[in-house]
Amino acid sequence: MTSATLAPDRPAGNRRSVRGGLPLTRVSGLGLGVAMVWFSLLVLIPLAAVAVTAAGGGWDGFWRTVTNEQTAATIRLTVGTALLVTLVNIVMGTLIAWVLVRDNFFGKRALEILIDVPFALPTIVAGLVLLSLYGPGSPLGVNIANTRIAVFLAFLFVTLPFIVRTVQPVLAELDPEVEEAAASLGASRYTTFRRIVLPSLTPAIAAGAALSFARAVGEYGSLVLLTGNLPMRTEVASVRILSSIENDNLDSAAAVAVVLLAISLAVIVVLDVIQRRVMRRG
Amino acid sequence: MSIEIVNVGKRFGDFVALDDVSVSIPSGRLTALLGPSGGGKSTLLRIIAGLERADTGKVEIEGVDATRLPPQKRNVGFVFQHYAAFKHLTVRRNVAFGLEIRKRPKDEVRSRVDELLALVHLEQFAERLPAQLSGGQRQRMALARALAVEPTVLLLDEPFGALDAKVRKELRDWLRRLHDEVHVTTVFVTHDQEEALEVADEIVVINEGRVEQIGSPDDLYDQPANEFVMRFLGPVTQLGDQLVRPHDLRLSTDLTGTTGAAARVTRVTRIGFEIRVDVATTGGQPVTVTLTRNEFLALGIEVDSDVRVSLTPGSPTTTVSAPTQPPTKAPALTPTP
Amino acid sequence: MAEHLIAARTQVGRRPGRYVLRIVVTAYLFFLVAWPLYLVGRNAFADGLTSLNDILTDPDVTHALRLSVVIAVAAVVINTVFGVGISILLVRYDFPGKRTLNALLDMPLSVSPIVVGLALVLVYGGREGWFGPTLESAGLQIIFAVPGMVLATVFVALPLVIREVVPVLQEVGDEQEQAARSLGANAVQTFRRITLPAIKWGVIYGVVLSLARSLGEFGAVKVVSGNVLGETRTATLVVEEKYLNFDKGGSYATAFLLALVAVACIIVVSVLRPKEDR
Repeated sequence: MTSATLAPDRPAGNRRSVRGGLPLTRVSGLGLGVAMVWFSLLVLIPLAAVAVTAAGGGWDGFWRTVTNEQTAATIRLTVGTALLVTLVNIVMGTLIAWVLVRDNFFGKRALEILIDVPFALPTIVAGLVLLSLYGPGSPLGVNIANTRIAVFLAFLFVTLPFIVRTVQPVLAELDPEVEEAAASLGASRYTTFRRIVLPSLTPAIAAGAALSFARAVGEYGSLVLLTGNLPMRTEVASVRILSSIENDNLDSAAAVAVVLLAISLAVIVVLDVIQRRVMRRG
Repeated sequence: MSIEIVNVGKRFGDFVALDDVSVSIPSGRLTALLGPSGGGKSTLLRIIAGLERADTGKVEIEGVDATRLPPQKRNVGFVFQHYAAFKHLTVRRNVAFGLEIRKRPKDEVRSRVDELLALVHLEQFAERLPAQLSGGQRQRMALARALAVEPTVLLLDEPFGALDAKVRKELRDWLRRLHDEVHVTTVFVTHDQEEALEVADEIVVINEGRVEQIGSPDDLYDQPANEFVMRFLGPVTQLGDQLVRPHDLRLSTDLTGTTGAAARVTRVTRIGFEIRVDVATTGGQPVTVTLTRNEFLALGIEVDSDVRVSLTPGSPTTTVSAPTQPPTKAPALTPTP
Repeated sequence: MAEHLIAARTQVGRRPGRYVLRIVVTAYLFFLVAWPLYLVGRNAFADGLTSLNDILTDPDVTHALRLSVVIAVAAVVINTVFGVGISILLVRYDFPGKRTLNALLDMPLSVSPIVVGLALVLVYGGREGWFGPTLESAGLQIIFAVPGMVLATVFVALPLVIREVVPVLQEVGDEQEQAARSLGANAVQTFRRITLPAIKWGVIYGVVLSLARSLGEFGAVKVVSGNVLGETRTATLVVEEKYLNFDKGGSYATAFLLALVAVACIIVVSVLRPKEDR
């Protein structure tokens, strides 16, 4: 099934599995060759260049760069806030998915569209959007611009679709009879949710959480106008990399970038493991 | 009586699923709710289980008024057509679920589950996940899971409907034997009259939200209450204004007799050990007669032979209400208030 | 079955707790997305149509808008050709390393746009890049020029078409293609007459999503563009530049235009997508 997702992710339950298929023919082999050359030039070689450049200064150089007081602070802030946001998303994303699947009310379609807005909206616009409600001159009378709360809020905005869109299709495909079976065996609503529904959703939640975490860690655009990029306070890793680039210090930029890449890679591995576990469960 | 259903009505929007239904289901017996799809039998079963709430009427289980009880409090075992297996739990944990909910001591759960797994012949699969079982095995697991909590009544909704013909037949025999061992009051829904006739002690025929007839398989077969039941329980053909079973008809080549009607053979079809003879009466009415191969050979008839067709005395018949009306078009239901 | 499904729905309808959940979710989305989004529209029109008029008559802004569209279209074309091709290879063929490739194709989604920009600079940078100096001496400037901006945009939107097309290809199966082959169609004919019509909608969703993503790319483009006024400045860069230069009206107006396109893309996809998928 094609799930209704604008979010850049597929649910864990139907993440693509690409087992089997024909052996390559001459035409398809050539196609694969061309595709691989393109993919290498675009993605693999540039990412390798980041790793090689980071390694250029040796382990000591790398370590010195990432443990630099200001850099370490950005990494701590980025990872810490991303974790916190992911936790909020686990709860709110599951809740939103639940309401979208199980409830039916006027305006639900509009909520569906709102979920996808953070994905399609340019990140710089996302920052501006949040600034207009939570920045100076806020109609709510709050001003969180240039604080760590702004980092949290920006991450929360851009990662909104991930867990919702991974959990939603899995929840929609859950057999209502399974919950009825649990009820007739004496399980209360809460027990049924905790022991039957939640375990079925766990792989999808985990997949969405991983994507959401990765997205938050790498976020840049929405923070530019919102957080002020104050060193030691609201500066995140991406901003730190950018200022290294702008100061023509590509080696330190690469060193911090490698830390982010390692996180991305870990996320991909986690997703692959989840996908394999789901396939085993059938 | 174990389950009393009194004047139960249920509608989904404009659709009347049950129209003032009253049924008594006896204790310790195996009762079938039989009828065509969409006739309301599954709804009735779900109302007994508390998965659906009746709009009107009352449900009593073992003397307790259960009309307003949630499913959790009814102590019924429910088996679904598509198994409703808890996919993330092993077979053992599936069966243990109801007992764990009831916070029974671990030792008791373990021994009870072992006992049930033995009963359904799944001992060696205890640590597998449902995905690793066949359909028939999954359904046996679901049955063990429902029985584990020692339900007052066991309810099965088209339990063998999703299985292929051979497994279905095996499980049907096995359910009958299981019931003879366990003796829990059991109600199962089926649209397969053969299944109901073979397995059930008691059959409730339900059509278009109403009970057509209640009785033992023999009652239903020998004394169908109306045309619908007659038609639903087996093949019928029409002779005069009577609906009869084709194998209850006899053919005779003695044309001087006065019993039965004069007719001419129009077609002979051999179906394994049976011979189907289509005849047309002198009035032009087509009648189907089923003979055994030996009966057919003894008659020595062929297409265009003149015969007399008559009913074996004592055979069940019903009078046709409107000769041309197909059986599914019963009178329209009047909505319940 | 039908009556059963209705039944399941009516049961849900009876829960009182659902109102609580409904309100919590609606409020959350209202404060996080709806209200802020509305305010951008309001701020854009705070001075009536003046701000919008100003930016649309500013040659630097119109150039930036045009550049954004050109880059986005180029990136979408490249990603569609590559995406459809690689999807067919992944679904229909078997080759060593397929699983790794499949996993790596998702990488761009979890890489920071700044890292994407950095990676491209390290390889294609004119002064110190691995290939950059060679290419530049051959007359091809990539970084701080449009080709680099296209590369960056292609990178960040790379998996979107693949993610839409692969599941559709799997669902369609290859029986129709085999039937076409057995009727004498060659590979190209089979693709054009059988495969492409079958995956048409998947491709269209992928294209719309890629377009939204490509138009809105900011970080990666910022790194590789050099942000030269009137040359390599895109619409998203204009939003930042105008805001930082205290031209809030212009910033909000440009942001409004970008938001409008983004929301339009979402609505297009949500309308096009068959309802039962929801």
